[in-house]
Amino acid sequence: MNSKFEGKVWKYGDNINTDVIFPGKYTYQKMEPEEMAKHALEDLDPDFISKVSEGDILVAGKNFGMGSSREQAAIAIKYSGINVIIARSFSRIYFRNAINAGMPAIIAPEAVDSINEGDRVVVDMESGKIITPKGEFTFPPYPATVMNILKKGGLINFIKSNI
Amino acid sequence: MGKTFVEKVFSNKAGKDVKAGAIVSVEPDYVMSHDNAAAIYGTFKKIGVTRIKHPERVVIILDHEVPAPKESSAINHKEIRSFVKEQNIQNFFDINHGICHQIFTEQGFAMPGKLIVGSDSHTTTYGALGALSAGIGRSEVAAIWATGELWFSVPETLKIVINGIMPKYITPKDIALHVIGKIGSDGADYKAVEFSGDTIGRMTVPERMVLSNMAAEMGAKCGYTPPDHNTFDFLRGRAQSEFESLYSDDDAIYCDVLEFNVNDISPSVAKPHTVDNLASVKEVEGTKIDQALIGTCTNGRLEDLEEAAEILKGNKVKVRTLIIPASRTVYKEAVKNGTIETLIDAGAIIMNPGCGPCLGAHQGVMAPGEVTFSTANRNFKGRMGCRDAEIYLGSPITVALAALTGEITDPRREL
Repeated sequence: MNSKFEGKVWKYGDNINTDVIFPGKYTYQKMEPEEMAKHALEDLDPDFISKVSEGDILVAGKNFGMGSSREQAAIAIKYSGINVIIARSFSRIYFRNAINAGMPAIIAPEAVDSINEGDRVVVDMESGKIITPKGEFTFPPYPATVMNILKKGGLINFIKSNI
Repeated sequence: MGKTFVEKVFSNKAGKDVKAGAIVSVEPDYVMSHDNAAAIYGTFKKIGVTRIKHPERVVIILDHEVPAPKESSAINHKEIRSFVKEQNIQNFFDINHGICHQIFTEQGFAMPGKLIVGSDSHTTTYGALGALSAGIGRSEVAAIWATGELWFSVPETLKIVINGIMPKYITPKDIALHVIGKIGSDGADYKAVEFSGDTIGRMTVPERMVLSNMAAEMGAKCGYTPPDHNTFDFLRGRAQSEFESLYSDDDAIYCDVLEFNVNDISPSVAKPHTVDNLASVKEVEGTKIDQALIGTCTNGRLEDLEEAAEILKGNKVKVRTLIIPASRTVYKEAVKNGTIETLIDAGAIIMNPGCGPCLGAHQGVMAPGEVTFSTANRNFKGRMGCRDAEIYLGSPITVALAALTGEITDPRREL
């Protein structure tokens, strides 16, 4: 994982659930991550996947990823090109799935309020800073366990390196 | 300073005193997965380990797409059967058993004081038996298969107290929908929920399972009910091992305590497209429905089918009515006591135990513009396979009554 991200923002609202992020009808189909990405946010914003570019940043309201434990909801977003998600809050399982997929999920309510769609935003993981057109915001650093998983690019790589 | 239930479980597991906010790496007692076990096995193999570390802790129950609706699902099931054999996983339940959470509980894996995880968000259900049970992701299951352990953050605990004698036509589902509507779908995000109060004390284990199941819809990590004589009666002759019941200390610190009285709760409905979009049934009376669904891991138990049958007895349904017993055991009991015959006579369709249409993978899919009134736990847009359809959630009583009238109807007026 890089420690610094810079990208264009796509912004969505509160309570974005896993069924609109990655519909249940695909959950038990075997798919490669690239294929999953084609369905990212399909039932929320069918145009998302044609708009998003590599390195973009997703910004959302509270409780992002509520609902199912399906990991594809995190993997699909990651492989759509999104490098980092900033939200007012995340649902518990989504937060874990994002970290375990090697994609930082950052809780920063004030930053979310000040960011507009289309803004260019910088996220610095080391210093815990988000730089937006309207100013700089901080977020609390991850605990060491979580940071180590992210640094290895996700849980599976982390475990591989520890076995 | 005392400890909460979850602090005790994690302290036991970690072998040291831990408090809310700590991060621990510990070994769960059981790890459950279902049809997604095939994908998990794929991830497991990438880790580079050949044998599952503790196959005796692995429980696999096929329920999400059963029987296989298409070739890809059949291949999925075949792969699972093959590695179950290869890895010598004894706790495997093929497609003829029922819904994972029901089977896990019926088989006695859900026990007080145990730490249980599963690759399904409604793994919270086993809290009804006094377990700490939480949903996790697929990679996390693969990680446990390989290493036996996983990282957890020790959550704060939100106590939800329910008091009062449940009035007629108020069920645990109405209580759950009411509470979720009041606290919101993130009202317990990252938190453990502890259910308490005299109403909970009087509830049977199947009734408590409804609340613990719906705890997932508040964002909770788990939905614990302190074990009591009802729990121990349920587990007699069923528990897979010895267990130690754990309880929060009297001076434990809760992040909040919320009290509800069941007399203030109406028959409740969740309107499209979120579970916290609460309405009393009165507010949505007259909403036309195209399909009724009674079943799922929330409300597919014998009591639920009996409640529906009581309403449908001697009448004919006006809309397509899908009934799904939660397990083969439930199905058999419902056949034996005449419940199934009553439901068939009323024109209902009895489907095989499983998740059925709840997650939109197969069966009972709606056309655009249609409405289903369901006893399931989720009504998100597209949930049942069609993004232009609507899902309302309610209790088996309100759903059965709507099946009869073709529209959402207040049971207090009709019955």
